[in-house]
Amino acid sequence: MISAVSTPTQAEISDEIARLAETTAPGEAQPRIDYPPYRSSILRHPTKDPRHVDPETLELTAPCFSQRDVHPLEADLTIGAHAGTNSAYAGEPIGERITVTGRIVDGEGRPVAGQLVEIWQANAAGRYIHKNEQHPAPLDPNFIGVGRCLTDADGSYAFTTIKPGPYPWGNHRNAWRPAHIHFSLFGNAFTERLITQMYFPGDPLFALDPIYQAITDEKARAALLATYDHDLTVPDYSMGYRWDIVLSGTNRTWMETQ
Amino acid sequence: MITPGQTIGPFFGQGLPYAGGGELVPPGHADAIRLHGQVLDGAGVPIPDALVEIWQTDANGAVPRETGSLHRDGWTFTGWGRCETDRTGHYSFTTVLPGAADEAKAPFFAVVVFARGLLDKLLTRIYLPDHPANDADPLLSALSADERATLVATADAQGLVFDIHLQGEHETVFLQHD
Repeated sequence: MISAVSTPTQAEISDEIARLAETTAPGEAQPRIDYPPYRSSILRHPTKDPRHVDPETLELTAPCFSQRDVHPLEADLTIGAHAGTNSAYAGEPIGERITVTGRIVDGEGRPVAGQLVEIWQANAAGRYIHKNEQHPAPLDPNFIGVGRCLTDADGSYAFTTIKPGPYPWGNHRNAWRPAHIHFSLFGNAFTERLITQMYFPGDPLFALDPIYQAITDEKARAALLATYDHDLTVPDYSMGYRWDIVLSGTNRTWMETQ
Repeated sequence: MITPGQTIGPFFGQGLPYAGGGELVPPGHADAIRLHGQVLDGAGVPIPDALVEIWQTDANGAVPRETGSLHRDGWTFTGWGRCETDRTGHYSFTTVLPGAADEAKAPFFAVVVFARGLLDKLLTRIYLPDHPANDADPLLSALSADERATLVATADAQGLVFDIHLQGEHETVFLQHD
């Protein structure tokens, strides 16, 4: 544990966030990897600008996944609720059942079809299953918090899960992460590989969170927000959220020649 | 609006690593090599919560189009692998040397790195030591000797060693594809 003397307060972190927000450049679409309010970033970001390079054929293609890799039931993180699936989890997880769906396209607007989507998340109490996660919130014996699926031909993905809770972390005193689902995404090219986090609308922790605020442009940040969609809400079953994803790794258009 | 990245965070071990992720070929494969190294921070301290993925051509230089990376059958070469660093910041893949489809092109492993504390992905390449096409490679030939050294693996008894420095004197050259 870091001693209380050296641990910054939320007010100090919020002040740093506010000062950096004033330096936002128009169209700054990505998080700043050099973002000291997120203390763990200080020694873990390159200080030199990335080297511009023309992508090679390998980098303009992406690894392939199929039903050999992913079982359709892996898209339902509440699987214990369903009888007859041989799930190790006999009961239903606690929390607000949600469905999260959306469409993945690349920088040219082409659907990312038949591609792997992976998610992981905390349970409804804000607890992850991880040896380094020890805060006093309950584990849920019926919830692992890991899912996978393959996108459809139009780039659509869909998961059924539980709305994750916010959780405390050690960046500063009284630091709490807004509720989020981690997404790992593959595109049509290796350069489009993306790991990010999906957030829920209206979270009061947004302004306080140095990971979310590392994306200094408000419009760019908003691209990580799911929207509540009542048309996706399943009567008597789950609340519906939509989150669309745009992956971009290159300005070039790749023409399949093989 | 492009979807921004976010850090992989500390808890990806729950969801992303899987058995056989780093074994693109079985260790007993006739042409198997080891590709391994450490991921290090700006103080030279190993990073125990990073994730490294590689994507490569097969030994003949063809880009694999086979599926099955998540459930490897020991025979199908998918060209893609994933390995999390251990408590000493070390990662290790078992694979084959990538070939070049065009003899004039230097073969390489395409690499993506994620870590707790790293707010977005980093892309780079691992080139092969002493490959005859390295000198004419458009990227390598445009780099200083020190920069170039960060992108070329060194040989060891089992294969190749490649350390990834996120920051510091030996900071790896990371890439932005145009």
